[in-house]
Amino acid sequence: MDLRFTPEELAFREEVRTFIRENLPADTRDHMKLGHPPRKEDTVRWQRILNAKGWAAMSWPKEWGGPGWTAIQKMIFLEENLMAPAPELLSFNITMLGPVLLHFGTEEQKKRFLPRAANLDDWWCQGFSEPGAGSDLASLKTAAKLDGDHYVVNGQKIWTSTAHNADWCFLLVRTDPNARKRQEGISFLLVDMKTPGITVRPIISIDGGHHLNEVFFDDVRVPVEMRIYAENKGWDVAKYLLGNERTGIARLGKSRERVSAAVAMAHEVNFGGKPLIEDQAFRQRVAQLQVDMKALEITQYRVVSAYDKAKGAGKPDPLSSVLKVKGTELLQATSELAVDVAGPNATPIWAQELAAMNEPDELMEAGSAGTGSYLMLRAASIYGGTNEIQKNILTKAVLGL
Amino acid sequence: MDFEPSDDQRLLVESVTRMLSDTYGFAQRKGYMALPEGYSSAIWSQFAEQGLLGLPFAEEYGGFGGSAQEVMLVMQAFGRVLVLEPYFPTVVLAGTAINVAGSADQRSALLPAIAEGSLKMGFAHNERQARYDLTDVVTTAKRNGSGWLLDGSKTVVAHGEAADKLVVSARTGGDRYDEAGITLFLVDATASGVARRGYLSRDDTRAADISLSNVSVSDADVLGEVGRGLPVIQRVIEAGIAATAGETVGAMEAMNEMTLEYSKTRVQFGNPIGSYQVVQHRLADMFMAQEQGRSMAMLATMSIDNPDAGKRAHDIAMAKVGIGQAGRYVSQSAVQMHGGIGMTEEYAVGHYFRRCMVIERLFGDPAYYLAKLAAEVG
Repeated sequence: MDLRFTPEELAFREEVRTFIRENLPADTRDHMKLGHPPRKEDTVRWQRILNAKGWAAMSWPKEWGGPGWTAIQKMIFLEENLMAPAPELLSFNITMLGPVLLHFGTEEQKKRFLPRAANLDDWWCQGFSEPGAGSDLASLKTAAKLDGDHYVVNGQKIWTSTAHNADWCFLLVRTDPNARKRQEGISFLLVDMKTPGITVRPIISIDGGHHLNEVFFDDVRVPVEMRIYAENKGWDVAKYLLGNERTGIARLGKSRERVSAAVAMAHEVNFGGKPLIEDQAFRQRVAQLQVDMKALEITQYRVVSAYDKAKGAGKPDPLSSVLKVKGTELLQATSELAVDVAGPNATPIWAQELAAMNEPDELMEAGSAGTGSYLMLRAASIYGGTNEIQKNILTKAVLGL
Repeated sequence: MDFEPSDDQRLLVESVTRMLSDTYGFAQRKGYMALPEGYSSAIWSQFAEQGLLGLPFAEEYGGFGGSAQEVMLVMQAFGRVLVLEPYFPTVVLAGTAINVAGSADQRSALLPAIAEGSLKMGFAHNERQARYDLTDVVTTAKRNGSGWLLDGSKTVVAHGEAADKLVVSARTGGDRYDEAGITLFLVDATASGVARRGYLSRDDTRAADISLSNVSVSDADVLGEVGRGLPVIQRVIEAGIAATAGETVGAMEAMNEMTLEYSKTRVQFGNPIGSYQVVQHRLADMFMAQEQGRSMAMLATMSIDNPDAGKRAHDIAMAKVGIGQAGRYVSQSAVQMHGGIGMTEEYAVGHYFRRCMVIERLFGDPAYYLAKLAAEVG
């Protein structure tokens, strides 16, 4: 046990910070600093810059372009990247599909998809949830029937983030409707989004943005070689994907970035004749969040280090549920702080009419964009297994109830 | 960063845990409480034999050469069974003061005696009016020939009765609240003019109020530099916070295990209460608080040797807030989940509750440190 950062780890943090400062495109930085989510081109461009540096395939082995980082290094990178703030690596590509292909994929599947996923030449999305299968994922109904050397897929997925940007989708389908247990008749397929029969319909979320979609499959033909792992064993793949190293699931750097944004605004807005930053109650609220973020930072280092050490065990770490719950509670609390600081400036929608009407006004724009962030982050405790589900996991897996 | 205990650390924890599981059942503990000292001298000797009393001291002083990390692990094991012996004031508080500020002579005279178990010590800094303000010292030390005369009173000194020697803070200069002018003295607990009034504290351990009237000490009894005691007191308190953070983690583990066990056996409405989701989620929350608290104990431990005093104080403040809040949440929840039995003196959980409550207000509670952290926001 040595609970201090090594000199190498401290130097690494400096290296990452410097690289991001020198290489993050200025227009991306300016856009995100105000609290806006990255645009598609921001994400693609940044991931390619990181990939050229050898940093995008963060958790993959070196032979597939990974940087060979320790768990602690990964956490440092993720934190610095979010605090910059810079676009996140596309998690569908890097932390979901990548590890699944590395664990279950054939050589051919790996060669075909991994390099393109790392460089974001293919944008992936995740076709898991359905109208009737949310937290209870195994009740999914989208059907795939074998027809020669193709599966024919019919059904509907929902809450499919970024499907409108996506080139490919990894999809859970039911291949055996008569399986004894619901989990046993599911398969995991890779689907080209350009295949005829796929319709993507936007779902506009409460932040006014288009992140989510419904995806309809109408006689969509998927070659059999696009199946990952055995037929009817897709649940194993899904469990691996969901429970696999959830490095970064807490998105702590994002919470820190929200606090920095709130503090910056608090210098400029009034409270009782003084800048809000001078108000004791406000400062205590910030301090409490900093304490909670610090605890989570260390818990995160502990969980990912333990995961790294246990590599090969292939079992999901139930402690990652702690990261999910505490991380999302903080994302919500910190984004809420920013909205509270903005006060009435939080209410306008930074839509074209307001943008066109005003001179550039960073305070107003940040107030508005912060609200978008706050509204969208209400989803954080819902997606990836609701926080209630995470507590169920903890009770079963850790407490043994 | 490496969170895995080394082989030596694992062995240390195993041997301490083994000893405590033989000697520190809840019923046995009640027996120790009933002894005149309020703890067991036999256990104290066992601590000495195992090398625990010299754990953080250098080998040249009969110590084990351990770091804050070993202390944290041992305190965690102590917290699991609510150890009553004066380990914390002797080894952690006074031990740190002597380690940090003692002259070579003082260290060679005192540290080996602590390590072998023949010297118990108390840390007499707190005064009745001070609450958590470290500079609020009104006890005075006046020049008296080549020595000093101490006057004043110190309150809630942990194991003040058991102590053979006390580290006492007194003003040799400046006014109340001044940072400069506080000096630390080594005072024999039986010296003329020292009066100790011992009592039971809420956590089942003994404490004492100590009055000093015209207590004569020599220049050789000054610990550290005259008038420069405050930074030493801060180091002592930081070590104390790290150690009790570890102890709180142990207490939280014990409470969570007890509560989990109870939830499996207590049947209501035909089912164990642990089968109800509302209870399960509370247990999950308690578990998360324990783990976040453990992270904070680690933060305190990794910080106390940081040479940057400002950064050190900042991290310790964070840890103190976090561990205090975690301990409070787990304690209150553990009693709630137990229901009526959790309210009884005969059942263990309330004793853990009260130890956490005492630790929480030792050297500053979460609100106090939150206010300090708030002052740094910007």
